[in-house]
Amino acid sequence: MKKIVVVGASLAGLRCAEALRREGFTGALTIVGAEQHLPYDRPPLSKEFLSGEFDQERLALRTEPYEELNADLLLGQRAQSLSLEARSITLASGEEVDFDGLVIATGAAPRTLPIADGVSGVMTLRTLDDALRLKGALADRKRICVIGAGFIGSEVAATARGLGLDVTVLEAGDQPMLRGVGPIIGETLAELHRSNGVDLRTGVKIESLEQIGESVRVNIAEEASLECDLVLLAVGAAPVTQWLEGSGLALDDGVVCDATLLAAPGVVCAGDIARWPNPLFGGESMRVEHWTNAVEQGVHAARRLLSDDESAPAFSTVPFVWSEQYGIKIQAAGRFSGEDRMEVVHSGTDDARLVAIFERHGRISGVIGFSEPRRVMQYRRLIGAGTLFDEALAASL
Amino acid sequence: MKILVNFDLCKSNAVCMASAPEIFEVRDDGYLYILQEEPDETHRAAVEEAVRLCPTRAITIEDQAL
Repeated sequence: MKKIVVVGASLAGLRCAEALRREGFTGALTIVGAEQHLPYDRPPLSKEFLSGEFDQERLALRTEPYEELNADLLLGQRAQSLSLEARSITLASGEEVDFDGLVIATGAAPRTLPIADGVSGVMTLRTLDDALRLKGALADRKRICVIGAGFIGSEVAATARGLGLDVTVLEAGDQPMLRGVGPIIGETLAELHRSNGVDLRTGVKIESLEQIGESVRVNIAEEASLECDLVLLAVGAAPVTQWLEGSGLALDDGVVCDATLLAAPGVVCAGDIARWPNPLFGGESMRVEHWTNAVEQGVHAARRLLSDDESAPAFSTVPFVWSEQYGIKIQAAGRFSGEDRMEVVHSGTDDARLVAIFERHGRISGVIGFSEPRRVMQYRRLIGAGTLFDEALAASL
Repeated sequence: MKILVNFDLCKSNAVCMASAPEIFEVRDDGYLYILQEEPDETHRAAVEEAVRLCPTRAITIEDQAL
């Protein structure tokens, strides 16, 4: 393999490129990124960067010199199409880039709602440019309305409260992340917002958004309308696969890969875009939008691309995610939903601490913890080991 | 190898504890403890994974000149 192209210059793409060099790839390496910026870290965008605690320099994902990576960085260049026959990608500029090996790491982009079309006071948060714009807006506005109480919406709500803004969070479900975490944890998350002065409204249906001068009017079904200076739309993200349509790759909410992250001969995927069967969960097809997953898959994809071995190892992981809201560290690992059996296994005297575990098929499948990093990691290990749920319950970690 | 943790950056996410439990431990007080500051080479792969997976990039490995 003489030339490898990595499409996507964020966490998964960069860590993959670094791993390719570490694993001994000495051929030509090109990294294509849609954004102008050098690879930067996204989790602080809704937290420390937005609050002003971190400056932009602190976000740099690579601290070693880029010269050592010996790669062509094509930044501000969006990939537009892929031809597997020609072994090349075409950029938005029309330029074609050939490859022997391809890494697809174009990530995900925020979902939007049709009601937000053309409303100038509505923002989303994914990129550094989004964060700079949002940060500027938070500095001179007083009232923000966040639509969606998932991780990004909740983190921005917490940061905005910290900056002294009036914050309203509108959530379609009856509780924050109800389908994801179930009623007990959902209620804990709701209480966290409310006790920090957020006007959290759940079970809300938004009918329309109107720009009226400098403010946005949020029209809610069966409730009074709400006026704010700024709306953050935080209703999840969708994988960036548009440029791969017609390429022959299987697309199904992500790029469908085999268990080794191979999507086609000489083509691997990493990060938010990769859908693969995870052997640790009975081969369940999953796509994981978490930070640690992007790093792990980037490294695995690099090794897979460099090995012609048919018996290359599968990528298996216990997905892990963390969030921080109002000074509380929220961590979760594994697979679970609000439908699964859940048991609270630990709650501290300080009621901000809590650990709950989830059951699927008789085994511990997931864990969520509030300010309990040690226990979350210990239960995560039990999940990876396929421990029976009853044994996990009895483990008293 | 010598393990260095920048405790100004560390937020005790405990991801390192999953990669290298014999080296890193986050305790109930919420702080990270380094169990072996100069582990032998058998731990290198695990520690390198911990370095890569640290969400705050607080861990570095220092290799002494032989």
